[in-house]
Parts: sequence; C-alpha cells; structure tokens
Amino acid sequence: MMTLVVNGVPHQLDIDPSTPLLYALRNQLGLHGAKYGCGLGQCGACTVIVGDQPVFSCLLAVAAVGTRAVRTIEGLGSAENPSKLQQAFIDKQAAQCGYCIAGMVMRAQALLERVPSPTDEQIRTHMEPNLCRCGTHTRILAAIRDARQPA
Amino acid sequence: MKKRSIGLAARLCALSCAAFVAVMFCWFAHPRFVATAGAAETSLPSPPTEATATLKHGAELAVIGDCAVCHTANRGAPFAGGRPLDTPFGTIYSTNITPDRQTGIGAWSLDDFTNSMRNGIARDGHHLYPAFPYPHFTHMTDADIAAIYAYLMSRDAVQATAPANHLIFPLGFRPLVAVWNLFFLHPGVEPDSEASATISTGTASTEAQLIRGKYLIDGPAHCAACHAPMNLLGAEKSGDAFGGNVIEGWEAPALTTLLHAPEPWTHDQLVAYLHTGLADQHGAAAGPMRPVTQSLANASDADIDAMATYLLSLQTQAATTSQAKTAAADIAQIHNGSMLFTSACASCHATHAPMTTFGGRPSLALSTAVNAQNPRDTLRLILNGIPAERGTRGAFMPGFADTFSNAQIADLAAFVRASFSSQTAWTLDEADVEKLRKETSEP
Repeated sequence: MMTLVVNGVPHQLDIDPSTPLLYALRNQLGLHGAKYGCGLGQCGACTVIVGDQPVFSCLLAVAAVGTRAVRTIEGLGSAENPSKLQQAFIDKQAAQCGYCIAGMVMRAQALLERVPSPTDEQIRTHMEPNLCRCGTHTRILAAIRDARQPA
Repeated sequence: MKKRSIGLAARLCALSCAAFVAVMFCWFAHPRFVATAGAAETSLPSPPTEATATLKHGAELAVIGDCAVCHTANRGAPFAGGRPLDTPFGTIYSTNITPDRQTGIGAWSLDDFTNSMRNGIARDGHHLYPAFPYPHFTHMTDADIAAIYAYLMSRDAVQATAPANHLIFPLGFRPLVAVWNLFFLHPGVEPDSEASATISTGTASTEAQLIRGKYLIDGPAHCAACHAPMNLLGAEKSGDAFGGNVIEGWEAPALTTLLHAPEPWTHDQLVAYLHTGLADQHGAAAGPMRPVTQSLANASDADIDAMATYLLSLQTQAATTSQAKTAAADIAQIHNGSMLFTSACASCHATHAPMTTFGGRPSLALSTAVNAQNPRDTLRLILNGIPAERGTRGAFMPGFADTFSNAQIADLAAFVRASFSSQTAWTLDEADVEKLRKETSEP
C-alpha cells in the first residue's frame, strides 16, 4: 500500500510500485485529464505537476512520487468554474482536438506559479517539451500570454 | 543661322564620338576588362574566382574551428558573441566577430586578426583570455588564417557588445595574460599536407592524412582545449594533450583510450560520430560536444577522415585482462534504481525497446557514459538529458532534474551501471548528484 496525494486528497493505492503515475491517475483514481501520448517523454500529453514541477507522468514510477503533492488539470478548475489559465485557453480557442491541452495547461500553470509575468521567450522555452499535433501552438502561446500578470 | 547651328551640332557630335571612342579604348585596354573577357571566353560558367575559393576555404575552417559555437549567444545572431563561457576562473563572454566596425572586428586588418589568432592580442593591444584558443590557432598557416578572416568579413555585420566578464581577482588585469603566454603559448606553424592536394581527391596516403589530421586537431579544431587536463593556471598540461578533462560540468573523455571501449572505436565510427553526432556502437554526442558535432556536420569528408585517422593513431592499447567488478553494488540502491528504470527509461532503453532497434541507437551496454570510470556524464545525462534544439535534428532525451530527487538519480545511475556495464560498480549517493546540480552546465 502506498499513499498518493492528488489535488489535495490522499489516496491509498495497492499497485506495483513501478507503475507509471499516469496509469495510477487514470486507472486507479479515474482522473482522465492527463493523456497517454507517446510513453517516451517526447510529447507532454501526460504532463502533471509534482511538487512544483511539471513532469511527464508516463515516465514517473508512482512509488517515486513519495510525499510530493500531485496536481492534475482536475484540481485546477471545472467546466463551470475554470481557472484563469483555463479561461484564457477557452477565450483563445486554443484547443482543436484537445488531446494535448491538459498537459499544455499544467505545464503553463507551473511556469506562471514560478514566474507570474514570463517573457514571450520564457514561455516558448518552457513550453517546448509539449507538442500539439493539430498545430494550435500559436493560440496556446496567446492564451498563456493572456493569463500572465502584466509585468 | 540654321546652317551654323547644324555645323555646331555636327562638331559637338564628332567631339562626343571621339570622346566615347577614347573612353572605350581605355576601358577595353584596361587589364581588368581584358582579364574578365578572357575568362568569359575560355569557360562558361566561369570558375570560382580566387576570392570565392578563399571564402569557401574559410567557411570550412570556421566549422572545424567551431567559431560560431562560442561566438554566438543562445538564440543570438551568428558570430555576434555574448555566450557565457564558464571557466574555473570566472565567466568570460565571447566577443562579437562580425564585421561591425564599432562592436565587432570590422575595423580590423588582416594583420590585426592574425595577431589575435597567433598571439592572443586584440587590435587595440589588449590581451585576450586563453578561453579563446589562440594557443591552438597559433599553429595555423597564414593562408588558413587569411581565409577565416575573409570568411568572417563576408558575414553580416551585427551591432552587439558582449557583457562584461566576471573573473576572480586579479584576473581582470589583462597584462597578467602576457606572463601566462610566456609559459604556455608555444607559437609555431604546424605542417599541413593539404597543399599536396591529394587529400581532396580521396587518394591521400595515410601519411598525408595523419599530417593533415594532426594539423586540424592541434590547430583549428583545438580538441585539446576541452580534452586535455588543465594545470592550476588553466593551461593544458604538456605531454598529456588528450587525457580528458571536465568542461562545463561534463567529462570530456580521454581521446587516447578509444580502444578500451566495449566495442573499440573504429575509423568509421569516429567519422560517423564527428559528422553526425551519433556513433551506433557508442552513443550520441551530448553536453558541450553536441554543438561541436553540429558544426562538424558541415566539414568536408576529407577533413573528417583525416581527423579520424589521426585520432586513431593516438591510442594506447587496451588492457589485456578484462576488469572484473570489484566493488559490490548496494542491493537496496539497485533495487530502487531498477524500479525507476522500468517506468522512466525502459520504454527507450530496454533491450528490445523500439528505440534501440532502429535508428542506430546503441544499447546502454555500449554507451561511453555508462562505461566511463567516472559517473559524471551518466548523471549529467539523467539530469539534463539531450535537449531538442529548435531547427536542428538529432538525438533527444528528456532530462529528469525536475522529476527525480538526488537520491533517486543516484539509485538510477547505480542500477544502469550494474545492469549494463561490466566495469566496476559506481559508489554513488545523493551528495554526488547535488554537487553536479550546483555546477553550471550550459552546453
């Protein structure tokens, strides 16, 4: 048995310690926001925040999370009450198929918590690990720029 | 009146005709016209002029010398300088070597440029720091230095001033470099066999290749600047030119033990590594070596061939007795490392993972970093990965600095060593990883 704190709630899990965090979130906890994309750390669809860092949850063994808090898109806001960043994604119509969006939002969220007013270059560099196959990167970048605090 | 005006017009006309003929005669008789007209008749399209041949030669030398690697800031304009170089003595910013007259080298004559390449002295007489590898460039021929000068002067002028250096006291006082030069600058042009022209035809003898390779490696390519151990004054130790060193947080391995690798390096593997950044029996270039191989991608086949030939001539024989594992691995550490490997690494690095079965990516069992005596580069690779760079192709690996704790990275590296390499186990703990995290390791 191990304890995993997700979105502020502790969960007791009885699974193989080497199970990737992504599978625990999706299969054991029913949190389907983070997606399985490549399984290689090359696309970012599975990105969640662990501690205060964006990580590829498909590559992180659940036992290696330890006492660090896990945050997923479900902890950020809801359809009725989206967070500021989620609202910016909606306003900029940043989603096309939407598969990458949960990962995009969580990676951007980690940046905005650390650097509330990032420069355009900081945003681009920070978002580089995450890919959108539909090609809505420019709208995604516009949404993040909208959500940052004025410098 | 009318007749008179016609006469005037006729006279004016005659005068201007005479002037035209005179001008045309002078022009046709001018040596430049004769030369170009002659060239145009003999062959079409015209062969490259001497000037364009020099530019091409300069461009080839500039990629072998990696000029742009150090003299370009992160996402800055090529050759405009501003890249921080972390040295044991502080941070030195590379300078602008574009032809901008105010902030670059636009006002420099060839003699000024040659003086900087041979003696490390700038146009205004101040001493350059030996982070600029003039102790190597001093060995280049006058023709090669002139070719690089011509090439740099043909680049776009960019106005950019490098930030001020941050050096430990008293190194801000540049005349000290003159004393350093007395001990560690050994001028003298090395022989170059390129003039024999057999290299470019692909029929170069091994001897000619060795001479050419040595010239390139000691001179423009300045390999020892990173791969030679340094003394306390930051100079390469004499007599151990390729013994390996730590540079910008990464271990630049010894270049004399290439035959000790699990698969001894071959000429073909060296050529592939230098030209593409990937050797399928050893691994991908990472850290500060990656931009070097990206630059060498544009070097000529003949020059890469010559460098590989010379490098192979430097090898010491591999020890005949295979090293047995002497230190016992920590079982708990290995167990935890194995668990981390399964989720984080196996999708690419497990024995039958797709990544290891196509694209020429070697098993970790052959990896230079995993088989090295020092765990530094394996830890660096886990921490930093091999970042994807905009607009470039090549190997990619995500870094795990933000994913794993120091203890987890130590466990992972210990497991990788124990499970893939036949070399002695590494003794690792979180302090080793913490130490690397504190170093700057900008490639």
